[in-house]
Amino acid sequence: MPSDALHTPLHALHLCLGASMLPFAGYAMPVQYPVGLLKEHLHTRAQAGLFDVSHMGQIRLTARSGDRADAARALETLLPIDVLGLAPGRQRYGMLLNASGGILDDLMVAQCGDSLILVVNAANKAADAAYLRAHLTETCEIAVLPRALLALQGPGAEAALARLAPEVVAMRFMDVRVLDLLGASALVTRSGYTGEDGFEISVPEDRAEALAEALLTDDTVWPIGLGARDSLRLEAGLCLHGADIDATTDPVEAGLTWAIPAIRRRGGARAGGFPGAGHILDAIATGPSRKRVGLRPESAAPVRGGATLFADATGEPIGHVTSGGFGPSLQAPIAMGYLPVALAKAGTRVFAEVRGKRLPLVVSALPFVPAGFKRA
Amino acid sequence: MLKFTAEHEWLACEGDVATVGITTHAAEQLGDLVFIELPKVGARLVKGEAAAVVESVKAASDVYAPVSGEVTEVNDAAVADPASVGSDPQGAGWLYRIRLDDASALDGLMDAAAYADFAK
Repeated sequence: MPSDALHTPLHALHLCLGASMLPFAGYAMPVQYPVGLLKEHLHTRAQAGLFDVSHMGQIRLTARSGDRADAARALETLLPIDVLGLAPGRQRYGMLLNASGGILDDLMVAQCGDSLILVVNAANKAADAAYLRAHLTETCEIAVLPRALLALQGPGAEAALARLAPEVVAMRFMDVRVLDLLGASALVTRSGYTGEDGFEISVPEDRAEALAEALLTDDTVWPIGLGARDSLRLEAGLCLHGADIDATTDPVEAGLTWAIPAIRRRGGARAGGFPGAGHILDAIATGPSRKRVGLRPESAAPVRGGATLFADATGEPIGHVTSGGFGPSLQAPIAMGYLPVALAKAGTRVFAEVRGKRLPLVVSALPFVPAGFKRA
Repeated sequence: MLKFTAEHEWLACEGDVATVGITTHAAEQLGDLVFIELPKVGARLVKGEAAAVVESVKAASDVYAPVSGEVTEVNDAAVADPASVGSDPQGAGWLYRIRLDDASALDGLMDAAAYADFAK
C-alpha cells in the first residue's frame, strides 16, 4: 500500500473486519473480507451486501440564480440526457463527453431540493470537478461534498434499511430521498452497481461508521469488498469506466443509447447542445460500426480485459475484451468487449487469444444475470 | 523432503521425482480459485518459465517451473475442482509431478523454516 493512500471514513472498520486492503484510485480500499470474494458475491445476490464506496466523488451543483432549472440547463450543455425533466426526488444515469463524443466519465445525477447531486467515479473525480468548474462556474456553484457513500445491495437491502428508516419501502428504482438515519441527514437513492435492488446512502463522514455498524448488526448484511463489486457489475452487464468505456468509446457503440432521450436527439425540443453531439446523433441515426457485447467463453478458462478478439481461429484481430473474469452466480467465465456490428449478434462465435491460444466465445445478451430492480 | 521457492511453490521429492504445488501462503493471497491450467504429461519444463496458471475471480497468475525436467503426472482432480487448490494447496491441491533433470537443483531451495521466515 502506498504510504500516502487516502483512507475512507470506514478504514478502521475495514481493518477491524479483517479486510484485505489494496490501493484503488488513491485510496486504501477493501478488496475482500475473510469470507472471500465468491461467497461475498453470492451473498449479495441472495441477501444483502454493504459496500464502502466513499472513494467515489459526490459533487453538488446549485444554480447561482436560485432557479434550479438554470442548473439543469447548464448541465445539459455537458450531458446528453434530460436533466431539465428530472423531477425532484429522481435520479438518472448520464455521461460526460469530449468533443468527439468519447466518454470522459459516467455518472448518476440526482435532483435533490434546489441542487443536482452528481456521483462520479473515484479515479475521475478531480478531473470531473475541474471540468465542471471550467464549464459551469458562471451559472452554478460547484462543491465536492466531503461525505461518505455506502451501498447496500441485494434482495434483502430494503428490509435491512427499513429497520432504520421504514419510509424506504415506498421508494422505487432511481428514487431519491433525504432521510434521517440514526440522527444523521442521509441522501438515499434506490440504485446501485450490482444489478440488484438496493440503495446508495450518502452521509456526513463522521456518521458513516455508526451507520455501517448498525447495518452490519443485521445478520443478513455482510460487508462486501470491491472484488465482488466488480464481479457483480460484470454479471449485470454494467460498464466500468476506464475499461468498458473511456474517452475513445462513444455512448452509442457502448450500448448506452437508452440514456439519450428523444428530446436530446435529432428532432427533439432540446436536440444536441452537448459535446460530441454531431458524432453521437449521427451514430444514433446510422448505427455504430462496432458494439459492446457480452461474451461467454466456451471453455472454463476466464478471458480477461485486454484480450484480442478474432472472427476465426486464424484471421486478423477484429476487437478486444474490455472486462472479463468469472461470474460466481453463473459458475462460468464471462466477459464484455467490442466487436464489429456484423459479428455482434447474440449466438455469434468468436475467438479470444489467451496465452497464445485462440479460445472460442459466444456473443451473449446482456445482462448475464437478470436485474432485480424495484421498478413498480 | 519438502522444499520451497521464493515464488511460493512447494516441492516434495521422492527420488528424482518432485510433486509441485503452491504454498498455503500463496493460496491465501490469491483468494478463491476458479480455473487451473496444468502442463501436459511429457512436457519439458524449464526452470523459471510459466508451467501452470491459477486464476481467481479477479486475476490470472502464472506458476513458474521451480526446476527443469519432464512432467510425469498432473492433478486432473485439481483442474476439475480448482477450489481444492485453494482449500488444500499443500495436500489434495498439488499441481503436477516432474522428473528432475538434476537432483542438485533442489539444493538452493528453502526448507520449511526458511520459507516460513521468508513468507512472513
